[in-house]
Amino acid sequence: MKHLISTRDLSRAEAIGLLDTTADMVDVRGRDVKKLPTLRGKTVANVFFEDSTRTRLSFEAAALALSADVSTLTAQGSSVSKGESLKDTLQTLEAMGADYIVLRHSHSGVAATVATSGWTDAHVVNAGDGTHEHPTQALLDAFTMRSRLSGATARGAGLDGANIVIVGDIAHSRVARSNVWLLNTLGASVTLAAPKTLLPKDITEWGVSTAHTLDEALDGDPDVVMTLRIQKERMSSGYFPSESEYSRFWGMTSNRSARLKDTAIVMHPGPMNRGLEIAGDVADSARSTVTEQVRNGVAARMAVLYTLTGAQS
Amino acid sequence: MTSLVVRGASILGGDAADIHVVDGVIVGVGAISAKADRTIDAAGLIALPGLVDLHTHLREPGGEVSETILSGSRAAAAGGFTAVHAMANTSPVADTATLVERVFDQGVTAGFVEVRPIGAVTRNLDGEQLADIGAMAHSRARVTIFSDDGKCVGDSLLMRRALEYVSTFGGVIAQHAQDPRLTLGAQMNEGSVSAELGLQGWPAVAEDAIIARDVLLAESVGARLHVCHVSTAGAVEVVRWAKRRGIDVTAEVTPHHLLLSDENVLGYSPLFKVNPPLRTFEDVEALRAGVADGTIDIIATDHAPHSASAKDCTWADAAFGMVGLESALSVVHATLVNPGHVTWDGVARLLSTTPARIGRVEGYEQPLTPGSVANITLVDPSFLGEWGVDRLVGRSHNTPFGGLELPGRVMSTIFRGTETVIDGRIVDELRTA
Repeated sequence: MKHLISTRDLSRAEAIGLLDTTADMVDVRGRDVKKLPTLRGKTVANVFFEDSTRTRLSFEAAALALSADVSTLTAQGSSVSKGESLKDTLQTLEAMGADYIVLRHSHSGVAATVATSGWTDAHVVNAGDGTHEHPTQALLDAFTMRSRLSGATARGAGLDGANIVIVGDIAHSRVARSNVWLLNTLGASVTLAAPKTLLPKDITEWGVSTAHTLDEALDGDPDVVMTLRIQKERMSSGYFPSESEYSRFWGMTSNRSARLKDTAIVMHPGPMNRGLEIAGDVADSARSTVTEQVRNGVAARMAVLYTLTGAQS
Repeated sequence: MTSLVVRGASILGGDAADIHVVDGVIVGVGAISAKADRTIDAAGLIALPGLVDLHTHLREPGGEVSETILSGSRAAAAGGFTAVHAMANTSPVADTATLVERVFDQGVTAGFVEVRPIGAVTRNLDGEQLADIGAMAHSRARVTIFSDDGKCVGDSLLMRRALEYVSTFGGVIAQHAQDPRLTLGAQMNEGSVSAELGLQGWPAVAEDAIIARDVLLAESVGARLHVCHVSTAGAVEVVRWAKRRGIDVTAEVTPHHLLLSDENVLGYSPLFKVNPPLRTFEDVEALRAGVADGTIDIIATDHAPHSASAKDCTWADAAFGMVGLESALSVVHATLVNPGHVTWDGVARLLSTTPARIGRVEGYEQPLTPGSVANITLVDPSFLGEWGVDRLVGRSHNTPFGGLELPGRVMSTIFRGTETVIDGRIVDELRTA
């Protein structure tokens, strides 16, 4: 594996390998000395053309924990805002000796273009591209699910037979896409719940079921309910009428939480709109894995950088 | 008096004959014994009338970094064309008599093909006020086609007025059918591929609905309508229905929509970013069938050159469009001739006679017959080769066909008796025969 662009590219063995390595990294993070020397002398460039403080901090923590040198470029105040092309920016980073480029961009496909364009020889890690993919989010989500469903020490296991509901703005969600591909690979069955306006028009090849209300999806007795952040500007574009109507049909309310089986978990990639897609008390309940996801995020990103390094040597 | 004889070409794919040209006019077709200043051995080649493209972007004025009227004319000649229509979306927009005359004159100066300017429908393509349609029609450029191509005339009332007004001057509106609201931010065809790639979808209905509206408007005001670059199965159905109803509508399809599909976009290569977008295999099949049954009247390239920097970038930043003049005949050969949808006779109709009729271009009424202007294209149908940028002669290299095996090669193009392509190579300087 030279790059991580899409969870679609991962074989089952590779995916499980990444989850197992994530478990190892969780162990490292629990030790007195929380660092590995793997990336000593290597440079990880975090290139964030789109603001995302949490993802950027998570990648920085992961790179530092592997002893890498870290440089961060954000769009604000850089040559990017002066109209420099992505190609020129990438070639500049290449000339400065970046070995890993962690790339976040508001346009779909940018990570793939950078990886295949010949602009750089660095490893490219997709940290979210438009409405396409966010593969490290899916890996940390899958690891969180596996830990909760099979225990933190589970190794070599997938998510076979797990029943997972993803609810919200699927059409505009890179988190949903990366999760769908990865969860399919790991053997889970996935149901997408959203108003028709927020589902892509043709998902016949996605290998998922759909439900047009969250209640309908919960009838399937899921092990996991993953709620997605809803952008409030979708209302003015006519995707749904109002916040209250969204909550009524697709919100993870306390009543709906009470319908879930005891072992079921509720996830959210953050940042949350409390009271809209997820009720505050559900987000703070024992079912919620929100902070666990953030914690696992650093380990999952360490696992990705670590695994890409192995490919090189 | 200058003369030229083409020896032994298969006329429109039929029997072999010689073609005798004197002073730019065909004077005889058959067994020619007369001596000539120049002889072209055309044994094994197919003779077609010079090709006519109803839809190109020559970028001059304003976009000379990607194409000029001269470089685009050379690309056209290399592709076997002797006449091209230049779309109005230049900078400044071709919306006045002065501007279309300038384009026309530059075409005459370049001399490789007849350059016919298309006038804008609305001033500055703003979709608000009609451009100087009458003045352009009566200018030296004698504009007959009006189009805001690149943009749709979205306003129904303005479209109605435009259809009515151009019919006063014997003109036609060539509509770029794209509902602006339904395609806000659209990046590629809406379907399973856009769903996977997370690119904003461009629904087929945005094209179909405008065409349905426009054929009904054309019927109600008794005007002539031409539909640019039909790309969906639904649009073919609408045009088929309109023709059955007797509505005066013609339609074009591009070579790239006959060959490529949205699956080409899977790697996000901007070479496949085009408006209208590449659709599904089902659409490709419907387009081919539409050509075969006559629903679609012509092939037009929508040649859209873009500089390297407009394509060597991310998908979202890339410009829409692909070059197509040099490759058009080969793609038609691969997608329509080889599968048996049309014969070479049909190719002459789709790429020369009918587009000339729609654009009121003179000299193409009786192809390859004595008395006609000597616009002749000779094709080697046995050629098969890998397409690449080495086959391009225009200023830009944004071809989507690189690496594909494509049949056929233009060996000779004769424009009003003058050879613009000799032995498969564009001539550097024109010498009037």
